[in-house]
This record gives sequence, C-alpha cells and structure tokens, in this order.
Amino acid sequence: MAVELQFTPEQQRFRAEVRAWMQAHVPATPLKTLESEAGFAQHRQWERTLAAGNWGMITWPAQYGGRGATLIDWLIFEEEYYRANAPLRVNQNGIFLLGPTLMEFGTPEQKARFLPKMASGEEIWAQGWSEPQAGSDLAALRATAVRDGDTYVLRGHKIWSSRAAFADWCFCIFRTEEGSERHRGLSFILVPLRHPGVRVRGIRQIHGEPGFAEIFFEDARVPVANRLGEAGAGWHIAMATAGFERGLMLRSPARFQVAALKLVQLWRHHAEKADPALASAVAQAWMDAQAYALNTYRTASRLMAGGSIGVEASLNKIFWSELDLNLHRTAMSLMGARAELAPGAPDCTDPSWLEGFIFSLAGPVYAGTNEIQRNLIAERLLGLPRG
Amino acid sequence: MDFTFTEEQQMMAGAFRDLAADICSPEALRALYDGQDTQAEARWQRLAEMGLFGVLAAESDGGMGLGDTDFVLLAEEAGRCALPEPLVEQAGVAVPALREVTAVPEVAALLPQLASGVARIAVVHPNNPYANVPPALTHWLACDAEAVYLLEAGAVEVVAEPSVDAGRRLQRPAAMVPGAAPLAGGEVARELTERLLNRGALFTAAQSLGVAERMLHISVEYAKQRHQFGKPIGSYQAIKHHLATVAVKLEFARAVVYAAVAHVGALGSRSLAAVSHAKLAAADAADLAARSAIQVHGAMGYSWEVDLHFYMKRAWALAGAWGDHSFHARCVQALVCGEAFPLGPDQTFERTA
Repeated sequence: MAVELQFTPEQQRFRAEVRAWMQAHVPATPLKTLESEAGFAQHRQWERTLAAGNWGMITWPAQYGGRGATLIDWLIFEEEYYRANAPLRVNQNGIFLLGPTLMEFGTPEQKARFLPKMASGEEIWAQGWSEPQAGSDLAALRATAVRDGDTYVLRGHKIWSSRAAFADWCFCIFRTEEGSERHRGLSFILVPLRHPGVRVRGIRQIHGEPGFAEIFFEDARVPVANRLGEAGAGWHIAMATAGFERGLMLRSPARFQVAALKLVQLWRHHAEKADPALASAVAQAWMDAQAYALNTYRTASRLMAGGSIGVEASLNKIFWSELDLNLHRTAMSLMGARAELAPGAPDCTDPSWLEGFIFSLAGPVYAGTNEIQRNLIAERLLGLPRG
Repeated sequence: MDFTFTEEQQMMAGAFRDLAADICSPEALRALYDGQDTQAEARWQRLAEMGLFGVLAAESDGGMGLGDTDFVLLAEEAGRCALPEPLVEQAGVAVPALREVTAVPEVAALLPQLASGVARIAVVHPNNPYANVPPALTHWLACDAEAVYLLEAGAVEVVAEPSVDAGRRLQRPAAMVPGAAPLAGGEVARELTERLLNRGALFTAAQSLGVAERMLHISVEYAKQRHQFGKPIGSYQAIKHHLATVAVKLEFARAVVYAAVAHVGALGSRSLAAVSHAKLAAADAADLAARSAIQVHGAMGYSWEVDLHFYMKRAWALAGAWGDHSFHARCVQALVCGEAFPLGPDQTFERTA
C-alpha cells in the first residue's frame, strides 16, 4: 500500500544527528539581518560553520560539498534547521537556484569550479536578471554581452538584485546575439561582482537596509567559459532556474511551520482580549503551513519516483507567499499597539514579527510576481490561450 | 515516507471513472433533475458488478480487503461525476465501521450482503443528520454519543428532506421502533461514532476534490470556446487569474486530504485535526471552484441549461455534510490553539522518535 507517511529508522536517526549538531552550533543570539553589511558578514561566517559540519548542501554529491542525501532527508534537515532557529541562508540564490541549474546545465569544469565554493559559503551569489525596463516582462531585457575572442564584453544595467550589495558573484542573463528580440539570443553568464567594469550600488529596502542592489556593467570582461549552456540558450536555462526558485527548495515548509507555532503562542498570550475571529486566522495559518508541508512531501515523493516539477512550481510560489503574508498580518493584529514598535524600543518584546511582516510583503512580488505565476498556471497547466 | 499512489490504486480509480462516464454522464444527471430518476437501480447494479461496495470489506465477506488509502481516489471519482448513489457512505463509511463489531451475529451476516451491494444502508450521525439513501434501502446505521444502532429499514419512520442537489435523496429518521437494542454502547459506541465521522468527513472531502476539479475543467473548456471582444475569454487575465487561484487551492487541498487518509482509522486529537483540516480545505476549494465557475460562465452559469449547476450543487451539499464548516473549524481551532497539540516543523507527521 502506497501513501506511507512514516519516517524510516534511518531517517529518524538522521533527524537526531541534525538536531544534536544544531543544538551545539546554532548561535545563541540571533545574527544581525543579512541585508546589512555587518549581518551579511555574520551570515557568511555561519555558512562556513555549516560547511565545516558538512551541512552546506546535503543533497549534492560529496564531490561538490554535499552528502548525496535524498529530498526527504533534505526536508528533515530543514525541519531541524528551522526548529533550532538557525540563521537564514545568505547564499540561497547560490545553493537553491544556481546550484541545481549548474547541476543540470554546467560543464564538469564549471561544476568543479563553482559548486564546492557555493556549498562552503566561500562565494556568495546574487541574481542579475531584472532591468529598469524588464521586470515581469523579463524578455524585454537589453544588457548585452558582445563576444571578443575568448571573452564577453558586458554592457547594461541590472536592478533589484537581492543581496548583490555584498555578494561575490552574480548569475545574469545577457543578450549575446545582436539584433535579437524577446526570448531569443540570450545567454546565461556568471559574473564576478568585484571586478573591473562592474559597479554595484545598494538600494535601501523599506526596512532601510540595502537588501538589493543595481549593477552597472561598463565594458566588464569575463571569459566565455563563464557562460552556462549554449549561446542563445539563456532563456531556457533561466526558466529552469525560475522553476527551482519557485519549486521545492527556496522556501522550506519548516520556515512557515515555525512561524505558525510562534503565532499560536502569540494567540495564547493574547487570547483573553483578542478578537475571537483572530482564532480562526491563527488556525488557518497553522493549516496552511501544514498543507504546504504536506504538499512539499508529496512533490518530493513524486520527484524521487522519477517525476518532474514544472509549472506546479508556480502553484507553490503563490501558496507560500500568500500564507506568509496572512500569517504575519494576523500576528500584527494580535500585537495591537505594540505591533509598530521598532527593534530596540523598550516595549518591543519580539522584533521578529515586524521584520517578518515587512519581509512577507515582498513574497508576492519576488521570484516572479503572483500575477505572472497565475498567467503561467492558466496557460501551461490549464491550457488557456495566451493573451 | 512515500506520498504516491500505486499503479493499481490509480488503475482502479481510472476504471471507476470510465464506468462513471457511462452511467453517470451529465445527460443522466439531467434526467434526474427533470424528475426522471429511473436509472438508480441500474447504476447501483453496475457499481456492484465492479465490486465497489466491497473495497473495504474483508475478503472472507466477498470484499477486496483493501484499506482507506485504496478508497480515497474512488471517493474522489464519485465526486467528479456527482454520483447520486451513496457508494461512499455504504462502502467507505458503514462497512469499515461494522467490521469493528463483527462479534454481533447480525453484523457478521450483513457484511457480505453490504459488500455485494445486495443490502443497502443509510448512515446518520449527529454531524450528518440527513442521510443520502440508496435505492431499495434495507438498513439504517444510526448513532449518537451513547449508542450505535443497526436497524432494518422497516423499523425506522423517516421524513424525506429534498435537497437542492437532485442527485441526493435525503431522509431523516423521525422515530425508531421502540425498544430497539443498540449495536454498541459506552466506549465502543463513542469510538465507533468518532471513526464514522472521520471516514464520513474525509471521504466527503475527497468527493469535494473531485467535484471541484470537474468544475474547474468545465470552466476551462468554456473559457477556451466562448469569445468576447473578438477573443476567447480565457485569454484575458481576469479569467485566467480566477481559474489559476482555483488550481492553487485544489492542489494544496489534495495533499491535505491524501495525508489525512492515514488518520481515519485512528482516534485522538491528531486524527481529528487532520480530518477536519481535510474537510475544510476541500470544501473551500470546491466553494471557490463553484463561485469562480459561475463567474467565468456569466449568465450561462446561472442557467438550468448548462451542466455546471449539477456539480455546483453537489459542492454546496458536501460542504455541510459530515460536519459543517463551523464544526470542523472549531475542532481545528480548539486543538491547535490548545496546549497539548504537537506543533512545529518536526510534527508534520506522527513520529515515534
């Protein structure tokens, strides 16, 4: 009989191993936000600690700094990771997005060059796709890479690149074919950020920290060997990356389950005076986090049985971003007058709710807006005609 | 840890879907809505020929001896075709409940009859006061918190309660024969009643998934062929986004329903929460599918002519059956907001760690 929802003894032992390691290593005081320069450095250090325990990216093969773990092991790892309140992964664009893309499209040399340093946190990655005139309409991008012998000469302007202010590398899409339009003539190119002709300017987010940046390419030169896949295959590869971004790994269910647990505790604290209707919002937050977790296990089972994740990733992205927003809005309602208190205010007992609320507002926007996701679902999953 | 259905489970669901396309087509439902309910017995016979009433019955009773996980996809198919007959109540709810009390000779004698479809049973529960009654009803299974009764149809005085869903022939027992002896009482009755509700609610949720998917499918097909302003309406974002939102709700409700199957035979707070969550999530998905479907269809969706209303009405009916929204929402709230419930990322599944 299938649909067997029990962990094996090996999986339970693995959980115990992760739990023990996290208990011994997770910093007792929370790190500064990874959107700040000091916080970024702290998070970089944490990545080194993780890598020293061989926890950098457990699903990768050992030769690239992983453990060859299964997706179910990965979910167990994440559950224990978030349960221990371990720091956010500063290299998420690398390990969750570029990593799997390299695994699929990279040459052996590229994999050997980039993956181990990604898993170890030595090189932190940002993503350079959006441009001032190419946001949701990504195919309108204009930045160019012109071939000159064994190098590409890069010109153009990328923007809204998360963590680019302090990162080391950026994976970008450039127009490599002169006169090409839309999805054609694009290439996927890996670019060092501290490099002649590359200028990075942080952009302050609504919380005040430079969580994203714009990047100016002014005749920067990178080797052609930094191109991932064939020239002109950039769009195809980028869509695979976007699938990873919206798919299984970027937002672990565990993250929301911890938030739901904290929300229940917040409810218990305020239950006496709270609007009873908020009880149903609290219960809904728990149900949604649980549903997201269950569906993630379901997806993992399907992938392990040889299936693939395609446009289903868009269903995922809408669900987690909306559940995160609703969960944090409920918390803000429960906190009442204290909700507005900034970190450091004497009466601010838990700054993570305000930070989490502000962060949750970005969810329906980044990784492809939820409107774009709905278009993708309608056209690719339901088969409705393009507009 | 494996969340996939076996090939056999999917094949059985596929076979039932094919049968349903034959015996429970929109035309068949239309006849029923027009008051020509002549095919109920024929449909029952076809379901019986496929062995569907015995899926959860013991092999020694002529059944297939399968488990709840094997039944959930069948319940989903019953929803997809808006099957009028209470296959789910008889095969998915009554049979596994009665298998717990086979020490009673009357039950032991009845089970093979139920598994073959010769006997026909209706089930009432405090959370399911209106029973969907099979053609040529032979027995009632009735319960409250103190006692469970198995009664012959003639021993119960009933009141018919017509439903907005012409595919459901509802009856409410008005009086039992005086002095009827309960099948079980005390703790046994309490446990039986809880498990009856678990299976009733969970397999109702599975039906809601099926009917939601049917409405989504009908709406997508309509949006592809209906033109306005010179283009198919399905090419407009306003329509796309309605239907995409239904797809999101449905996908995540599905995971919750499939996971809850593991809990229906168990007692306790974890099972109650899982089953109530499943019922709520599936009913929400079906409700959104119905509202979106009518909006996508415009005035056509409000007409008797278009098939949509058969499925919409089934969605409304299932929402209140086997525990309504308030019942299940309060159940989840009380458990999750209470002190003893296992919460947190390591508690997605029951563990023995």
